[in-house]
Amino acid sequence: MGITQILFWILAITAIFSALMVVISKNPVYSVLWLIVTFFTISGHYILLNAQFLAVVNIIVYAGAIMVLFLFVIMLMNLNKETEPQKSKWLKLAGAVAGGCLLLVLVAGLRHTEKQMTEMVTGDIGLIQNLGKVLFKDYVVPFEISSILFLSAMVGAVVLGKKEPRIPVETEMRKVEETQQAINI
Amino acid sequence: MPINYYIFLSLTLFVIGIIGVLTRRNAIIIFMCIELMLNAVNLLLVAFSKMHYVTNVSKVTNAGSDGQLFVFFIMVVAAAEVAVGLSIIVMLFRNTHSVDVNFLNRLKH
Repeated sequence: MGITQILFWILAITAIFSALMVVISKNPVYSVLWLIVTFFTISGHYILLNAQFLAVVNIIVYAGAIMVLFLFVIMLMNLNKETEPQKSKWLKLAGAVAGGCLLLVLVAGLRHTEKQMTEMVTGDIGLIQNLGKVLFKDYVVPFEISSILFLSAMVGAVVLGKKEPRIPVETEMRKVEETQQAINI
Repeated sequence: MPINYYIFLSLTLFVIGIIGVLTRRNAIIIFMCIELMLNAVNLLLVAFSKMHYVTNVSKVTNAGSDGQLFVFFIMVVAAAEVAVGLSIIVMLFRNTHSVDVNFLNRLKH
C-alpha cells in the first residue's frame, strides 16, 4: 500500500467522521467547525487528485468565506446555546432509516461497476493554466452570466436583509407571543 | 485508486447530508447539510474528470477539464445561494425570533 492509498483512507475516514459530527453535534457552532474540517479533507482529496486549482478555491470560498458567513449569522442570532427543540425520537429514527435505505440501494446498484482507475497524483488538467485556458476559451458566456448571477444575489441579499419600517413595540410583542403559541400547538 | 472508492465515499457524504436535512430542525444546520451534499457531488465530479482524462488523453489533450469547470460553477452558484439563503434566515429570525423550520408551516394555511 503506497503513500497515496494511506492518505486516501485517512482523508476518507476523517471526512465521514466529521460529516457525521456535523449532523450529531447539538451546538450549531461546533457543527460549523466540523463542517470546516470536512471541507479541508475534501480539499485534501482534490490535492490527491492533482486538482490544485479546485483545492485552493475550495479552501478560499468554502472554508474561508461561506463558513465565516455561517458563523457570523449564528453569533449574530446568539444561537450558540443548545436551545434547539429536538424532533421526536421516532422522526429521527425514520429519517436515519430512510437515508440508510437510500445508501443501501445506491451502493447495491453501483457495486458491480467497472473497476476504472482514476489518475491520482499526476496529470495536468487540474492546474490553473489549463483550466484558465478552457474557462476563457470555451466557457466565456457562462462565466459572464455567473457575474450577473452574483450581482443579482448581492442585490437580493441586501433587499432581504434590509430593516423593515419600525412597528410599535406592543404590536411586535403580541406578534412574538402569537408565534410562541403557534410553536406550542 | 479505483473509481468505486470515490463513488462510495461521495455517496456516504451525500447520504449523511440527507439524514441531516431529515432529522434536524435548525434551519442553519439544514442549510449546512445542503452544502455538504453539494461538496459530495463536487468530489465525485472531480474524480470522474480524472478518470475521463486517463481513458481519453490519447484522443483529446485536455479531456476531463469540463468536469472541473463544472465544479467551479457549482461553487459560484453555492456562494450566491448561501448569501440569499442566510439573509432569508436572518429575516425569518427577525420576524419569529426562532430558526425552527416547524415555523415555516404557517405558509400552508
